[in-house]
Amino acid sequence: MFEIRCLRDLYTSFFLGFFHPKPRLRTAGRLLEHTRNLCLSVRRKMLFFSYFKDLVGREVTVELKNDLAIRGTLHSVDQYLNIKLENTRVVDQDKYPHMLSVRNCFIRGSVVRYVQLPPEGVDVELLHDATRREARGG
Amino acid sequence: MSSGLGLESLVDQTISVITNDGRNIVGVLKGFDQATNVILDESHERVYSTKEGVQQLVLGLYIIRGDNISIVGELDEELDSNLDLSTLRAHPLKPVIH
Repeated sequence: MFEIRCLRDLYTSFFLGFFHPKPRLRTAGRLLEHTRNLCLSVRRKMLFFSYFKDLVGREVTVELKNDLAIRGTLHSVDQYLNIKLENTRVVDQDKYPHMLSVRNCFIRGSVVRYVQLPPEGVDVELLHDATRREARGG
Repeated sequence: MSSGLGLESLVDQTISVITNDGRNIVGVLKGFDQATNVILDESHERVYSTKEGVQQLVLGLYIIRGDNISIVGELDEELDSNLDLSTLRAHPLKPVIH
């Protein structure tokens, strides 16, 4: 095997083509695909943000990861899918009296488990098409 | 695309924060940021238990880190004054499990 023992050997190895540029190109291809996937996923995040913006004014029930369920009118949503609800009341008020004096609340997106929507308020076909479009690449 | 956080309307209001470990902290919102880090003044913690009434522990000026916050609720002073905390019995809130 060709051994690199000195600088002259290093130059010789280049000349012989031991350091082929191909590996660098392969990495670039992977990077491009990764960026494209990221762009797609970013757009996918916008899909639900846009969807919730259209749902503003509807009565929803937000179930959190600590099992607390809060019913209220969707006031606003942001890019992190943080939810602001108005006219809130906890679903099981006897079990969770902790929010009895709270009527408007801000719920951090990271803590939401489900957002329960009224079935009449959901156009499943529209969502389905939008998801397919986003997955395809917009 | 950075839309408003929405906590701006609650500044200088009394709010009730529910943390990820199930604690309930009440105080006056003095500041916040994009990560939902929150500054609470005159804060106290409300400890709920099934055996005795609600305990209120005075905390003072607190900064609560955003990743630890579940809910920021606007406390309605009228409704809150109607509550008799000494007779309230409840299980403490469950911690958040991701």
